Amino acid sequence: METRLRMVLPDHELVRLYEQMFLSREFEDHCAEQYTKGNITGFLHLYSGQEAVAVGATAGLHKDDYILSAYREHAQAIVRGADPKRVMAELFGKATGLCKGKGGSMHLFDPSLSFMGGYAIVGGQFPISVGLAFSSKYRNEDRITACFFGDGAVNQGTFHESLNWAQLWELPVLFICENNFYGIGTEVHRSSALASIHRRTCGYDIPSEKVDGMDVIAVYKAVKYAAEKVRETGRPLFIEATTYRFRGHSMSDPGKYRSAAEHELWKSRDPLPNYAKRLLEEGIATREALDAIEARCRAGVEEAVAFAEESPWPEDSEVYSDIYV
Amino acid sequence: MAEMTYRDAINLALKEEMRHDPSVVVLGEDVALYEGSFKVTRGLLSEFGEERVKDTPISENTIIGVAVGAAMGGLRPVAELMTVNFALLAMDQIVNHMTKIHYMFGGQAVVPMTIRMPGGGGSQLGAQHSQSLETFFMHCPGMRVLYPSTPADAKGLLKSAIRDNNPAIFLEHELLYNSKGDVPEDPEYLIPIGKAAVKRPGEQVTIVAYARMTVLALQAAEELAGEGISCEVVDLRSLAPLDDDTILASVRKTGRAVVVEECWRTCGLGAEIASRIFENCFDVLQTPVRRVSGLDVPMPYSRKIEKLCIPRKETIIQAVRDVTSGGY
Repeated sequence: METRLRMVLPDHELVRLYEQMFLSREFEDHCAEQYTKGNITGFLHLYSGQEAVAVGATAGLHKDDYILSAYREHAQAIVRGADPKRVMAELFGKATGLCKGKGGSMHLFDPSLSFMGGYAIVGGQFPISVGLAFSSKYRNEDRITACFFGDGAVNQGTFHESLNWAQLWELPVLFICENNFYGIGTEVHRSSALASIHRRTCGYDIPSEKVDGMDVIAVYKAVKYAAEKVRETGRPLFIEATTYRFRGHSMSDPGKYRSAAEHELWKSRDPLPNYAKRLLEEGIATREALDAIEARCRAGVEEAVAFAEESPWPEDSEVYSDIYV
Repeated sequence: MAEMTYRDAINLALKEEMRHDPSVVVLGEDVALYEGSFKVTRGLLSEFGEERVKDTPISENTIIGVAVGAAMGGLRPVAELMTVNFALLAMDQIVNHMTKIHYMFGGQAVVPMTIRMPGGGGSQLGAQHSQSLETFFMHCPGMRVLYPSTPADAKGLLKSAIRDNNPAIFLEHELLYNSKGDVPEDPEYLIPIGKAAVKRPGEQVTIVAYARMTVLALQAAEELAGEGISCEVVDLRSLAPLDDDTILASVRKTGRAVVVEECWRTCGLGAEIASRIFENCFDVLQTPVRRVSGLDVPMPYSRKIEKLCIPRKETIIQAVRDVTSGGY
């Protein structure tokens, strides 16, 4: 049963969720185009299809809760508030980038937003999330840590070590698994003996829940509730959001391991048009209003691309800066 | 000054820094209730409590990752890995995370943490518990690597490592824990990172060494003095960054160098130091730089053959005789 939207959030916030999802999609589409043009190089992992997870989850957190993610993290950074211009400039490798062009697509970071990084070793962010949560507890901060990761990461040792540790030390970590069912080309049933990922937390006595990651409101409600529980109890919780990426693992992956039928089924569940339909049906936004939002997002991303193009390259001296404090 | 062991000097450094800065926390396997497998953390739990002295699961990679996150969150963690051998389980967090975060995030994050690890061979602990892995860490930019030879250096260097805003690897030699020396009681006694020390001045040969190798080099130098050979012993103390100035100035004076390393010879720190000497002092060298190294073998258990694998006073003496007699 679908929740009536106005039961959940005021109208302007409901509309804002759509705007953030549309901005994320638009950003990724432009990234793909700029990669084809050779302006973005290296690895590029796009988030298209998974927007409801980043947008719904971020809305359910406090602004200074820590967020950590993996290497498919453009949307998480932008939704948290990172300037799309500086994110695009980072992807272009320019000096104006979020990390001065030293990180790239997989290593976005903005401490002013408590966005504590994109990590490109699968499972690397688990222990760091636990450590950040420990620092928050030690310093008596009213802050939890949201740790995002994919279904592929749950077979790393750090996953198990960190779940055990967070529960043992009673640390405020909200683990959010974005299960898009594929670790590159390996489907989850071919890598996990227990493919129902949220059930894997029982070994650590961490309560968990599975949520429809294509439904931004379902994600928002689950994360909002869980985040408050984590804050209140100081103990970890776990959410598995089932979702789908509409593109390959990275730009070099044509995604031939997935059937057209499967792809079509998930496309019919695309979080953007489905959520737009609900906004219209419940009279929360008009088609004209959504059109205006979409145009604004498009213009914003085009502006980000222009900013990145015009920005200077890093100075050669940057090679040796920031190795040591 | 107070006479104390290397172990107690490290313990004192930890206590002083915990008193000095409430953001310093200690974590590791058996560091709290059990007071450390080498008893280096004795008395910490009773003085500072379980909020600041934390036993951890046997999860080395996560011990380091938790310290990385805690450091990013404003603490100054000191993580103990029970021995350096177990650091290999944590190399992902050490190399891919700890040393990269400051750089790849454009200088926006700092990781002020220290990893303490006992290491070295010579106690018949077999192939998996006797390694000297210092070169592994030196190879990677982004961290300090420190390895003291005396109790005073151990205290001063560890305190500097904890106060430094960069990640540091602090190695402790297991066979030095009971060695004794005078240690300044001043709680502000700090040894600067990146500074080697001339532990014995001399004229004819420079012996470059570190940690237990320095102890052996000093014994060798004393014996060689009886033969009329004057050795200068340079104790590196900091393996990263290396103090080129002190090493090269000494070799410029003596014209000969022997580098003593406990690690494996191939791609060891001796090769790096020899290369720096060749590049910068070729014009004054009277003989090629000589290396005295750990053998390129997994460590055997039996004490009769284990001792063949680690540099000894005798092998250092022989190397010095070779370079001073033209018998190279």
